[in-house]
Amino acid sequence: MNLVTPARLLDEKAGVSHSGAPPVPRAMTQTQPILRIVDLKKTFDEFTALDSVNLTVDDGEFLAIVGPSGSGKTTLIRLLVGMEEPTSGEIWLKDRRIDDVPANRRPTCMVFQSLALFPHRSVGENIEFPLKIRGVDAAQRRARALELLDVVRLPQHYYDKRIQQCSGGERQRVALARALAFDPEILFFDEPLSALDFRLRKMLEKELKDLHQRTGKTFIYITHSLEEAMVMSDRIAIMKSGGFEQIGPAEEIYAKPKSRFVAEFMGEVNLFHTRDGAASIAFEDVSIDPAVAKARGLSPEFKGYLMARPESVRLLAAGEVADATADGVIESEYLLGSRMQYLVRLASGYKVTVELSRENRVSWEPGARTRIGFDLDRAHLIQEA
Amino acid sequence: MERINQRLGALSALPVVLFLAAGFLAPLIVVAAFSMMPQKVFSLANLPDFSSYAIMVKEGYWESLLVSLAMALAATLILFVICWPLAFAMAKVFGRFTLVLTIGVVMTLFVSENIRLFGWVLTLMKGGLIEGYWRTWTGQSFDGLLYNVPVIIFGLVYVYLPFMLFPLAQGISMVPDDARQAAFDLGANRWQIFREVELPLAAPGIMVGCLITFVLTAGAIAESKLLGGRAVIVISDEIERAFTYGQNWPLGSALAVTLIGVVGTLAIFGVSRIDLDAIMGRRR
Repeated sequence: MNLVTPARLLDEKAGVSHSGAPPVPRAMTQTQPILRIVDLKKTFDEFTALDSVNLTVDDGEFLAIVGPSGSGKTTLIRLLVGMEEPTSGEIWLKDRRIDDVPANRRPTCMVFQSLALFPHRSVGENIEFPLKIRGVDAAQRRARALELLDVVRLPQHYYDKRIQQCSGGERQRVALARALAFDPEILFFDEPLSALDFRLRKMLEKELKDLHQRTGKTFIYITHSLEEAMVMSDRIAIMKSGGFEQIGPAEEIYAKPKSRFVAEFMGEVNLFHTRDGAASIAFEDVSIDPAVAKARGLSPEFKGYLMARPESVRLLAAGEVADATADGVIESEYLLGSRMQYLVRLASGYKVTVELSRENRVSWEPGARTRIGFDLDRAHLIQEA
Repeated sequence: MERINQRLGALSALPVVLFLAAGFLAPLIVVAAFSMMPQKVFSLANLPDFSSYAIMVKEGYWESLLVSLAMALAATLILFVICWPLAFAMAKVFGRFTLVLTIGVVMTLFVSENIRLFGWVLTLMKGGLIEGYWRTWTGQSFDGLLYNVPVIIFGLVYVYLPFMLFPLAQGISMVPDDARQAAFDLGANRWQIFREVELPLAAPGIMVGCLITFVLTAGAIAESKLLGGRAVIVISDEIERAFTYGQNWPLGSALAVTLIGVVGTLAIFGVSRIDLDAIMGRRR
């Protein structure tokens, strides 16, 4: 089927010929940036929603942009799809600058948080919408819509179904199929799963990741849920008050956050600040043998936090050793399903979260004394800004 | 419990039903009955015939009906075109200024239609505001702008603007912003968004606005009398003259019944096509 796609329109304008060139398998191509954002800024009156951000996204990448509400992620995505105009800065799609191109002429499209399906159109007509706009004839449109129903795993007879008769998850799939019918260079998602219940969300997260792999398209996904970002994306960009705090693979951001904000945003964490005025390096709340600290290469000049994720901290048995230790009292216990979580109050009053697998559950009495500990190779240092 | 509720419901609806029956249905039945009486009688105690309807067809009264319907159609279409951008701005752009505009438009309804139309007569007539100033400045005279069909349609548009504007604004406010944005994002231009998204989603408001203006303008009389100077005779004018000057109640009734029949059929057809619940804000 030779549909005129926006990607193709763009290339033809740029003088790139599609004819003759055989398709190159993805694995053989050098990954090249599909999107480049340079010093992008957006202000609303006095308020700076986006403060000179820079970002490069590779072709075929799944990038999740995560941040608390008000961090500027929705503004960023609206600038990228063309619903807002930047105050300054540049957006490049491959070799073409697109920041002054209106949304309907950009080869990108977005799955809205509300999905924004057309309530007066059937499922099939919704999916066909971008093709109809492009003037594709009815038979071709229908064929493509049926294909896409298959891609998003909806039965073919849904073609004639009304949107109001579809469940939340089914509407998700329709919105996705409609976006795919547009055949965008980059597909944006503005928290489309946030309204769904937990189980359905989990299922669709995995399907979306799977779909990303099958289509090979570039996905940029906005969410405030870190878990969602970690399950699906190749890279995560953490946003805070109009800028990127850290960009990298999920594993790196989780294990090696660059700031306290990222560490805390990425889930539960225990942070121990360096103690001022100590002769060698020392931390509040936990004690570390200076010899061990030296052997592990902790610089005495370091100022900042020692970070230990709850799963890195253990409840020590009598005589058991660890690089960093502290005495405390178990305050409460939570069952998280496959894991157990303990809240331990240290002598200093600081509360440490400890997570164990359920098999390692301990028996405890309220007020029972215990020792917690963790090894430095499972901890991470965060330099203070 | 349900049965009690039903009985209470019927009971509380009773006064309105009685009022409508006495004030609306009864006169309608009387008019319908009179339309089937012989010519120029003033009592219903006669053998019914259809002479009035025959006269209506033979003596060309149907032309007045057609003129009225055509002018109503023209006024409705013009009003739709004029009011759409204004209603769109009221629903989506103006924000708080919408209230000022609403009050302004509603205020015009406080002044009698005839007085407002006389204002236009003074403006448009020979020696009036426009022609007078033109003559003073250029020394050339012309006949004034009154007494033709376009000026009647202008009058209809002027008087019935609020009846199109407000339902339309209501209809447009029912179009979700994100549906419009999604269409734009999916490649639609302004015209395609209008045709594919706004028009169908605002349809209930459009239908209500068009119906109200069409029904009212089809029965309008003052515009043709004051501005048109009987350049054409509208159906309401014929009805009035049959009842008063012509002293022919059955003929007037037949004309009225025909007008009600045509307009009523259209209204019922229109209302059946739209989702009134949606415009009332109830869930489907």
